[in-house]
Amino acid sequence: MKQVLDIIGLVLLLIGGIFLFLGGLGILRMPDTYNRLQAGTKATTLGGMSLILGIGFLETGWIVKAMVLVIFIAFSNPISSHALARANYKRKHYPCLRGGEEYDQYREVNLEKEKKED
Amino acid sequence: MVTIIVYITLGFMITGILFSVIRFIKGPTVADRTVALDTMMTISIALLVLLAFIFDRFVYLDVALVYGVLGFIGILVIARYMEGAL
Repeated sequence: MKQVLDIIGLVLLLIGGIFLFLGGLGILRMPDTYNRLQAGTKATTLGGMSLILGIGFLETGWIVKAMVLVIFIAFSNPISSHALARANYKRKHYPCLRGGEEYDQYREVNLEKEKKED
Repeated sequence: MVTIIVYITLGFMITGILFSVIRFIKGPTVADRTVALDTMMTISIALLVLLAFIFDRFVYLDVALVYGVLGFIGILVIARYMEGAL
């Protein structure tokens, strides 16, 4: 039983390490702020949750606190990335889209709101 | 077996932190630097948990939790400041 838990924990640990490395690589290599935000946040969320769960499987007494950390990461990381993307949009750094500005629906909503206020 | 895989994972995570530091120094705008800081913070939480396993100290998990809460609040404050609402 201990060996099965060890193997599950080691596989989760290795998956977590690889995804954290990919998050750092995406931060370095991606061309745009929004691309960097997506790569850095999504890969890092999966990697951190998997690694902490793997530690919880390896050391069986720590599983409760490891679950608390996993739930905290699952809540806090998307919230901070959402706030960063919204702040970057409000600073008028618009994403470069292939179809021009017609796919940017958030900007259309903002323009309609400004027209109503005028 | 356990030791080898733990140290391979440690090497991956330290490489990820180094890439984020390069983006933190190079980054053209404020948002890029904040995104790099956010990534570094999450990798550091995982690194603290891994160090707790290597050194066999249970207390480091509490350190990781407190660091996560404080870093989360810091990122939110920086984002609100960039928006111009603070």
